[in-house]
This record gives sequence, structure tokens and C-alpha cells, in this order.
Amino acid sequence: MANICRASRKDFRDAVVEAREAQDGWAGRSAFNRGQILYRMGEMLESRRQAFVDVLVGTAGYSADEAVAEVDVAVDRLVYYAGWTDKFAQVFGAVNPVASSHFDFSVPEPSGVVAAFCPETAPLLGLVSCMAPVIATGNTVILVVENDAPTLALDLAEVLDTSDLPGGVVNILTGYREELREHVGGHRDVDAILSVGASTEERTILEREGAESVTRMEFRPDRSPAEWRSGESQSPYWMTPFVEFKTTWHPVGR
Amino acid sequence: MQQRPRTADYRPPQVPSVDEVAAKERASRLASRSIKQEAKVEGLLRLITMLDLTTLEGADTPGKVTSLCQKARTPDPDRDYPSVGAVCVYPPMVPVAREHVAGTDINVASVASYFPSGQAALDERVEEVERVRDAGADEIDVVINRNAFLSGEYGRVHREVSALAEASGDAHLKVILETGELATYDAVRLASRIAMDAGADFIKTSTGKVKPAATMPVTLVMLEAIRDFYRETGRKVGMKPAGGIRKAKPALRYLVLVKETLGDDWLTPERFRIGASSLLNDLLIQLEKERTGRYHSKRYLSLG
Amino acid sequence: MAELEAAPDTARELLFGDEWEYAPAPQSADHVRLADRYGSFIDGEFREADDYFPSINPATEETIAEVGLANEAVVDDAVHAARNAYESTWRDLPGKERAKYIYRIGRMIKEKSREFAVLESMDGGKPIRESRDMDIPLVAAHFFHYAGWADKLEYALPGPGRPRSLGVCGQIIPWNFPLLMAAWKLAPALATGNTVVLKPAETTPLTAIKLAEVIQEAGLPPGVVNIVHGAGEVGSAIVEHPDVDKVAFTGSTEVGKHIQKQLAGSKKRLTLELGGKGANILFEDAPIDQAVKGIVDGIYFNQGHVCCAGSRLLVQESVAEEVTQKLRDRLSTLRVGHPLDKNTDIGAINSKQQLEKIRRLVDIGEQEGADKFQPECDLPENGFWFPPTFFTNVTQSHRIAQEEIFGPVLSVTTFRTPEEAVERANNTEYGLAAGIWSDKGSKLFSISQALKSGVIWGNTYNKFDPASPFGGYKESGFGREGGKHGLLPYLEHPSQSWQPQTPTNGSPSTKPESSTSVEASPEPKADGT
Repeated sequence: MANICRASRKDFRDAVVEAREAQDGWAGRSAFNRGQILYRMGEMLESRRQAFVDVLVGTAGYSADEAVAEVDVAVDRLVYYAGWTDKFAQVFGAVNPVASSHFDFSVPEPSGVVAAFCPETAPLLGLVSCMAPVIATGNTVILVVENDAPTLALDLAEVLDTSDLPGGVVNILTGYREELREHVGGHRDVDAILSVGASTEERTILEREGAESVTRMEFRPDRSPAEWRSGESQSPYWMTPFVEFKTTWHPVGR
Repeated sequence: MQQRPRTADYRPPQVPSVDEVAAKERASRLASRSIKQEAKVEGLLRLITMLDLTTLEGADTPGKVTSLCQKARTPDPDRDYPSVGAVCVYPPMVPVAREHVAGTDINVASVASYFPSGQAALDERVEEVERVRDAGADEIDVVINRNAFLSGEYGRVHREVSALAEASGDAHLKVILETGELATYDAVRLASRIAMDAGADFIKTSTGKVKPAATMPVTLVMLEAIRDFYRETGRKVGMKPAGGIRKAKPALRYLVLVKETLGDDWLTPERFRIGASSLLNDLLIQLEKERTGRYHSKRYLSLG
Repeated sequence: MAELEAAPDTARELLFGDEWEYAPAPQSADHVRLADRYGSFIDGEFREADDYFPSINPATEETIAEVGLANEAVVDDAVHAARNAYESTWRDLPGKERAKYIYRIGRMIKEKSREFAVLESMDGGKPIRESRDMDIPLVAAHFFHYAGWADKLEYALPGPGRPRSLGVCGQIIPWNFPLLMAAWKLAPALATGNTVVLKPAETTPLTAIKLAEVIQEAGLPPGVVNIVHGAGEVGSAIVEHPDVDKVAFTGSTEVGKHIQKQLAGSKKRLTLELGGKGANILFEDAPIDQAVKGIVDGIYFNQGHVCCAGSRLLVQESVAEEVTQKLRDRLSTLRVGHPLDKNTDIGAINSKQQLEKIRRLVDIGEQEGADKFQPECDLPENGFWFPPTFFTNVTQSHRIAQEEIFGPVLSVTTFRTPEEAVERANNTEYGLAAGIWSDKGSKLFSISQALKSGVIWGNTYNKFDPASPFGGYKESGFGREGGKHGLLPYLEHPSQSWQPQTPTNGSPSTKPESSTSVEASPEPKADGT
């Protein structure tokens, strides 16, 4: 077994700096381009399918079939959210029929920098399921990973590296969430937090600390690998908590 | 070689654009001012003095103009109301009007420059202005060349108005933009500026022959143009909404526009006029109502 | 053409004096029917209270009526009533039927709009023109808009599965738009099938009481809407009540943060609509006169007691002088005075406390070296008043440029490039609203995209509509009110509330795929939301 880096609060701080730096550029890319990059991530993951299957079997105790299923669904999930990038605003945005002589519309924009505590289960698919919906809309993300197969997160990082994803958009920290949660919650440059499988204690800490800068909070339950693979675990409602709806008014006149 | 007219090089200065929706909002906000009691009475009396009592009909006769002048002098024989600002007539009627307002403060205003269309050669329009000036008009209401304006010949519009201004001599020149044909507030704003640059003493919305005639937002836009021109040049140009203002209530609203856009210096007949034919009687009806507490009837008032 | 030559040395000032002065135009308050005292409205009935507090008219400092102070026990009763109503009727009532009640409420408010408007101005100090032309029509429209949503919710949250209501909502609203904020909270909550405990602000409880009468008269099932009165402690009791499922708060960022903290770990849903320090960015190519109108509407509307007020004017240097000149002109014509006078533009400051805050910050502005402009105006002797004010010579670090003053006070700074404007506009913890004034469409859209702000008014300001979502970025809160997006905080899509069949606790290797029994993980670590 390898030694895996145990992220400190300073590592997290540095990751937020990277994520903040990258955020405007990432959000400024066309939705179509973000979609292409997410799709490319899927392709790259698929091209290393066997390597991931091996790790899942070797490190995470998956059966071969289960491992294959997880990798395949992870690829599909990337493609699923890749497709959402340039549809999300159409489906969730709106043109608002106001009573005055104004054109009025609402579009989703990314919340900014999102910290995500990834699930303990499904070391590959859980990560992808947290990462993809968050970055699809233009957020950058710091993924905090604590599970039995942390090397897998690093393998995933390599995949990202080769898929045209700009640096800083996805940052992966392996470590103990118990050590990090207070700093993550209290970091004032974090716009939103996703936490999968938070204990009541963790949730309380994150919400209490996050309140200092009115951080957006989203909590989702962890679930079995099979449930992670199911269609119930992918939805645009994994994207909605990490966007802000901006409403723009303009007069309609001559 | 022919000498170039002095305004040949005129390029209109940049005027701010006008947002139609917000301009209308502002006008309607001001229209919601509540004018009651003494403010109303004072406003109504003031409006009488600001009135260009107008008759511009093909069927005008000396008799009609005579009775108009009578009405102008003594709006209500039973009351001690002020006389109107001016009577406004077609050129042939200027001598008649002159005669019947003699000895009063009432000015004689005449339309000229081939009103209302202005469709004549410039020298013909200039000649008509000179003629009414010589006939004794104190004020001359001329139209701009909308064709030239709408085709972007701003220099030509300026040149023509300058020529009319020169021809008007000591008479006050009121330049009608015919805003109903200009289509946008941006155009109104620009036309206002050109007219003022060319020497207009007043800018005026409409001939009364084209709809829409005066509106609150158009008047607001022109008042704002007057304000900017004053700040830039120090010259106080007057404003005259005309056409379609028949009732006291909207007339008071125009006065509100003036008060809150240009202030006290414009609340005088020297700088604000309303061109109307039937407004006077409604002013009188409202005054009578304020005086007696009863609603009055037109049957007690002369036609004018 | 006469007297073409201008007097060479005129100051070119405009004189807004008393050449023609408007007479008082008081709106009659005769038709406002008011008892001496009112208690909380619980389970469809008004209740006697142990203690009462006065609601005063900030323009006269006279008591209008006394209002029953709620306590924990009263809040508990209100929550129970709401819970009962939720489970026994409202939750399961078909949307079409819920809609009928909400339409009826909107309709009745419209019928009584004059009474509501007058009372709103009496209780809160806002000019009757605003309560008559803005607040109350928007209130009725808001109920009308959301009534129509009640039977169409599945279209609001696209995707498979029907959205579900949340349960009992605790709603706490501010004093700046008392009835309008009540409508913004109640209408979507009711349309989505939730029941409510509402707490109006303690300085402006009266129109909510009148609304309770309307609700009663409309026959809304008892307990669906409950209204309790009091200050922060009563709000806290609602927030902390274990049987409240969702909290919606509009008010200061400070209190919002406190509530978010209070709710930590509670699993209650929360939406916050908090403070702002809106930037109004004025480019040299703007429609200047309309922009000046927008600036005035942006900051002097409702005495500046507006969370989305355009309290910072960023004006391009090339037109700064012209714009401030025009602002001075406009301020000289603003009429500060009795809220019930139909010609009043700026009414009374809502409370003594708020007046003191405004004065304090304005003093600080002067001490920090900014230049103050205030038009001359006679302020009434009694009541709470503050004249429209703006500061020039302000720097980004001045407190008046950073802190929400929540009064008729504007700070003016200049900029040279669009980049500078955006940077300065975004340099705040807030992100509620901003204005952009330019005639150039592409610039306007690019600035709009760059601003971290929930509402962008392009060539307009302070526009509201029930169909238009409103809410903030950053520390201005989260969640939207208005339109389709205003439903989301009161609904849960199945994919949001989805719970695992097999709560997990450890690595998958210990739990074979076939095991779906609960015993496999007796103590689930994971907390479903």
C-alpha cells in the first residue's frame, strides 16, 4: 500500500486559492466547451477502464463485475453531466413575463468555489457524482476524499490532467474530513459546500461555521455502490444547489 | 463663387440618448402630483396667462378672430381674470388680431413657414416669416423641415431654422418640431437641440394637425433639452406644448413638468406657453368650480 | 428671434423655489378601521395577549394601535396550529382548491387596497404614493401570480417525480415593505401546500393584522396562516421550534447569519434575503436623464429602506460633474414630508433607532472627509425625518461606501474603465442588486455577466414583479422570491429528498451487493437530508 497525502488546513487553503483563481475562467468558457471537456474526461476514464477496475478490485474490495459496473457508470455519469452543461440554463432559467415594459430573464450562474465532502462508498463513482454536477455549471471544486481507496482519487486526477480540464477547476484532497470540516466550513472564500454522508455533528459544524459567510449548504446521504449507480443518483437537482439565479431587467422601448 | 451659408458646417453636438420607458415613467410620476385648493387656483390663473389662444382653421374669418381676441382679453366678463399670453392665427389674420388686441399685453402670434407642412422652398418660407413680422406679429411659430431631419440632413435643418430666425427679427421665434412625426424621443431630443442652436426662442411640440400632438413625455424630453442647453450656453429657451390639451387637469400637469424640470424661472408666460383652442373654457369652468364649490357648465361661457 | 445673447456671467443655476407651491394634498385616513389592540392570529382566531406593545406612526410618534406580544408558548401554539392544518387539510388539498383561497385573498386585498395603503403609510412612514402605486398593487399581484401556480407545480420543477411541500414554514419579515414582504413569503408557501407561522416586524405589524382579517374573511382553513408579533426573541422562538420544517427570513445580514447558525444541524430548510450595497454603474453613453431618475429611484425610494437600494453610484469620470449637477437639481425637487400627503416623495424614517443609525453613518461620512450634499428642506418637528443626501469625494474604503445605511443616503464615486467599475461594484460582501446604465447593449450585457449580483437592472432600477425572481449572491442571502424560482425554496423534488434503501456505513467490500437489509448497517452514520 502507498502512503497517501493527509491534507492539512493549509492544503485546503491553498486549494481554495487555486480554485478561486480558476473560477472566472472556467465559468467564462462556453457551456458547450465545458461540456466537451466533461465528455473528454469520460473518454479518458474509459480509456483507462481496466486500470480503475483493477484498483477497485484490489484496494476497495469490489468484485470484478461490480468494479466494471462502477467504472462504466462513472463514464456514463460524466457524459450525462457533459450533456447538461448547455441545457441547464434553458431548462432552469426563465424569461419572466413582467407586467411593465421590460425584458426580464433569469439565468443560472455558478456559485463560485465549492467544497465537496465525497462519499465514503463508491470511491470512483461517488467522486464523479459529486464533482461533475458542480463543475458542469462553471463552479470550481475542492473534493475532500476520505475512503478506503484514496489512491483512486489520484488516478482520477491523472485522468483529469489529460482531458483539457484547466488547472484549478478540480482540486482533490485526501484526508480526514473530521480534521478539515471546521476549516472548510469557516473558510470565507468558499461559496458553497456539498457534503455527502455527513454525520449530524459534521453537519452542525459546517452549518455553524459556514453561517459566518452565508455559505450555501447541501447535504446528501451516502448510499450503496448499487444506489450510486442507479439513475436516482444523477439529476440536475445535484446542480441546482450550486448556482445562483441572476435576474436581469431591461426596458423595451425605442 | 457663391458664399457658403454660415451654418453649412453645422454638426449637431452629441445629445444624450433617451430611454423611452423611463422617460414615460418619469412623466407619469409627475402627472400623479396632486394639485389642490390654492395651488390649483393659482395654477389655473397662471395657465390663462400662458395660453396661446389659437385658431388655425381653414374656415377662420375676421369675425371669428375678432371674437377670439375678445375672449383673449376678457376670458370671463364676470370675473377679473388675467388675459391670455397670445392669440395665435394664420398669417392673413395677423392685422385683424393686431387691431383687436391693441392696448393690451396680449401678443399676436402667427404661424408661418408654410405651416403646417413646411413644404415649400426655403426662400418662400423665409419670405412668409418676413411678411408676418412686418404685419406686426410678436411671435412667429414655424415648423422644421421634417423631411430633412428624418433623412439625416441635420445641417440643413439648422440652416433653415437659422434663416427663419434671422427673418423673424425682433419677433419671438417658436420652432415646431412636429414630434408626432419624429417617431422617437432620441429624435425629439436632437431636433430640440438643433432648433435651439439655430436660434429658437421657444421650442414647440406640434402643429396640432398631426397626431400624436403634445404628450407629457415628449414635453419632458424637450424640457430636459432646454435645461441642458441653458447650462451649456446660458440662454433660456421657452417651451410650448401644443395640440390636444383641452382640459385643465392635464394642463396643470404640464405646469408640474415645468416646475420640477426647469424651476421657477420658466413658470412665466415669457418661457412657457400652451397652444390650445378649447382649453381656456375648461380653465374657466374649473376656476368657477373652485370659487363656488359647484360644477360649472360650458353654457355660461362664450365660445371664443 | 429675440435676445439671442445670453447674459455672460449667469450662474446657470436652476431655481426650484416657491414660485408656484403645491398645497397640502392629504390622503384621508377615515376609512381605516382599526381596533385599539390586536393579539396574535392563531388557528383562525385573534387571541388576547398578556402584554401589548404600541405600534407608532413614525411621522407623528403617536400610537396607532397596540399589538399583543407573543412568547414561546404562543409561538408553540401557532406552530401546532400550522402543523395540524398542514396534516389535516392543506397538504392534501388539491392545488386547484388551494388556488381558490389564494386568488380570493389577492382579490380582497385589491378591494381594500386604499385602506391597506393608508395603513401601511401610517404604520411605516412610507409615502402614500408608494404604498398606493407600488406596495399594495404588488401585494395583490403576488397572491394572484402564485395562486395560479398551485395546480401547476410539477411544471415548476422539471423532471420525473412530483415535487412535495415541506410542512410548517416559519417566516420572519422586515419593516421596510411590511405587507409586500408578507405577500412574498405567504403566497408561494401557500401555493406549494405549506402552512405558515409569520412574524411581521415589531415596528410595522398593522397591515399584517389587516391581512389576517382578510384571511379570516376569505375562509382559509384555520391554522394555515398564523401570525405572531414581537421582536427578535419571538423570531428566535420560531426558528428554534422543533416542529418547524423551513425558515424563510428577510432582514439584515447580521440576523441572517445568526439564524443560519441557530439552525446548524437542525435539517430545517432555510432561505435568506439579506442586506445589500447595490452599485449603480453609470457610463458616459447612458441615457443620462433617465439614469439620474434611476439613481433617485434607486436610493431615495422608500426613504432608502430597501435592501436592494442603489446606495453606491459609480459614475464614469467624463460625466460625473453633469450627473452630480443633475442629482442636485432632482434632490431639490424631492418633497420630504408627511407620508399621507399625496405629493410626498420621501416620508418618515421608520423608527427612531433607524434614524439614529442613519445619522451616525452620515456623521462618519463627514468625519472621513466625504462631501455631503443635502437640499434645503423643512422637516416636521415631530416624527423621524432625514433629508435626501449624497456624498461625493468618497473612496472605496469609506464606511459609507461599504456599510448598508438603509436610509436616503447615496455615495458617489467615479471610475474610468469598465474593468474598474466591475471590480469596485463587486468589492463588497453583498451581492443583491446592481444597476447598469449604458446605451451600448454589448457592454451592458458583459458588465451584467461580470457582476456578482442576484438582480441586475439595466437602464432601470428598483423594478419588482411577482413573475421576476429576486434574491442575492454572497452574503445577501440565498434562495429566490418571485416567479417560478420563488417556488423552489418551498418544494422538494424527489431527487433532493431521496433516501437510500441501504444506509451505508463503511466500505462496499463489507456489504455485498445482495444485502439490502437494514441489519447490514444498524447504526447508519450517514444522515439523509
